[in-house]
Amino acid sequence: MTEIALARLAGGMEPPAAGVMEEMRQALEDVFAARVRVAEVRVRVPEASLDGARGQYSAPLVLKALLEGTAGMGEKVLGVTSEDLFIPMLSFVYGQAQLGGRGGVVSLARLKQEYYGLPGDGELLAARARKEAVHEAGHLFGLVHCEQPECAMRLSTNIRQLDLKGDALCLGCAALAMEHGR
Amino acid sequence: MKMNWQILVVDDEEIMCESMAAWLREDGYAVDTASSGREAIEMARRQDYAIYFVDLKMPGGIDGIETLMEVRRIRPEAAIIIITAYATVDTAISAMKEGAQEYIVKPCNPEEISLLVSRIIKVKNLQRENAILRKKLAKQYQFHDIISKNARMQEILTLCQEVASLRSTVMIRGESGTGKELVARAVHFSGDRAQKPFVAVSCAALAETLLESELFGYEKGAFTGAAERKKGKFELADGGTIFLDEIGDISPKLQADLLRVRHERSFDRLGGSEEVKVDVRVIAATHKDLRAAVEDGHFREDLFYRLNVIEVQLPPLRERREDIPLLAGHFLDRISREVGKEVAAISDGAMRILLDHDWPGNVRELENAMERAIVASKEGVLGEEDFRFLQGNGSGRQFRAPAAMTLAEMEKLMIEATLRRTGGNIKEAAASLGIDRSTLYEKLKKFGIER
Ligand SMILES: [Zn+2]
Ligand SMILES: [Zn+2]
Repeated sequence: MTEIALARLAGGMEPPAAGVMEEMRQALEDVFAARVRVAEVRVRVPEASLDGARGQYSAPLVLKALLEGTAGMGEKVLGVTSEDLFIPMLSFVYGQAQLGGRGGVVSLARLKQEYYGLPGDGELLAARARKEAVHEAGHLFGLVHCEQPECAMRLSTNIRQLDLKGDALCLGCAALAMEHGR
Repeated sequence: MKMNWQILVVDDEEIMCESMAAWLREDGYAVDTASSGREAIEMARRQDYAIYFVDLKMPGGIDGIETLMEVRRIRPEAAIIIITAYATVDTAISAMKEGAQEYIVKPCNPEEISLLVSRIIKVKNLQRENAILRKKLAKQYQFHDIISKNARMQEILTLCQEVASLRSTVMIRGESGTGKELVARAVHFSGDRAQKPFVAVSCAALAETLLESELFGYEKGAFTGAAERKKGKFELADGGTIFLDEIGDISPKLQADLLRVRHERSFDRLGGSEEVKVDVRVIAATHKDLRAAVEDGHFREDLFYRLNVIEVQLPPLRERREDIPLLAGHFLDRISREVGKEVAAISDGAMRILLDHDWPGNVRELENAMERAIVASKEGVLGEEDFRFLQGNGSGRQFRAPAAMTLAEMEKLMIEATLRRTGGNIKEAAASLGIDRSTLYEKLKKFGIER
């Protein structure tokens, strides 16, 4: 059985709420034949990964720091941060993961209603966080984006698309993920 | 489907390249990266990428626009997306002018890039599906009017189908009668220009000035006798294909004019001042060795490389003898129907003659031979006697160096054959042989030839 460490990224960054972490852990266990545990990780995110002008952290640099800081901590590791992430080409990313690899990161920043100037909604945040966790973990299990409207592996580039899809894998993606986990 | 498409990300900053590549890989594409324009061009030569993301500003000689131009030259069908940190109208315009598909300013909205990529890939998938469909529809040995089961011809026909919908110039080389125009038509009619005109021009058949007005047209009053404005072949072929046969025969002036059409996709009519814009695919053909002509300085090198983007070398019929029965059967059906004669078959003996013949005039000679035999035949089956003319006494251009014969013997035979043809006329025979009459008399005496 695959082991996934769900790493709560702290250390210079505001750590995500424990309730949301548990929601994500549960979603991963439901979807993947995996043992998932939440790990408290104080990863020293390099100064350089914060782009002051953008107020965002560089996803590849955070991922690099996470991989270095969690060596030997489970087969796969998915970091969760409250900070907003970007890659140089794009204005933001909800998350990033090594395709079929060991590590990925998820950002909760744009999953919060507050980001859009709306009152907070804990349930909605939990639902979105579950979808993102399954999506990025899916990439770790070698899955690429899927065209099925309900599938968690469908690409979402805005919050509306994220809300439209589900937090489970379609049959095709589930079969491929199982194949990879074996 | 996506896995079949490859993308190249070109940027001197590693993190920029790698993060973009990772993002595209999550979308299911096979992605490579290059850290300079030079490296990107190298990779484009080796690998056919569907999309190139190219950073505009790169140090080290080759910038984004130059990379774009070079990649477009190597891979005219690739989609190139130029990326820049700051939008400046000038660079945007020059990028688009050089054929960039899109121009994006980083950081870009992920939705925008995702839509752009899927739009490009959708079109490419459609083109590929159409190509596969067309291949399935084509009959086993027949592709348009070309009939062959020869492996080399099959490769050529596959290539024709693959390049049919491209805009790239095709250069068809081959001896006369090998079917260069048929290949050109097949390319045109299996591509997305099939509904548009196919215009064939034989460059050898016309004098230079005539050819120029044929190709480019003229304005009223451009020269004496130009009573009306006349559209040239390039204008008539707009949206479609122009087939320039015997391109090796055109003058330096016309070579320069053609280069301009290829370059700017525009030209002037004779005596006109207004530019005519055209979208014409050029397919050129020649029986000459154009590479040698380039080396001799008879043909412009830059025009040669513009025309020679996709090269098709048609084999002579003697190198695809397995097609002779197939072709002979096809001509038998067609010609006997055309001339209204019930000729049903070719005898084994006759087929042997056809298979043994060297066909210097290639498929066209075979077609003519079939017509001549069918017209003259008295039976329902073509026999050996119907093809005697093929074995005749050097009547045509057919020539096989006979074994064990000296040059002197050869010369004697040649003079005898020429005299037979001129009916014993010495003046005519000497002119035909390229010697003067007194020399011919000397040779007649030397070889003991009776007039
Ligand atoms: Zn799926
Ligand atoms: Zn994804």
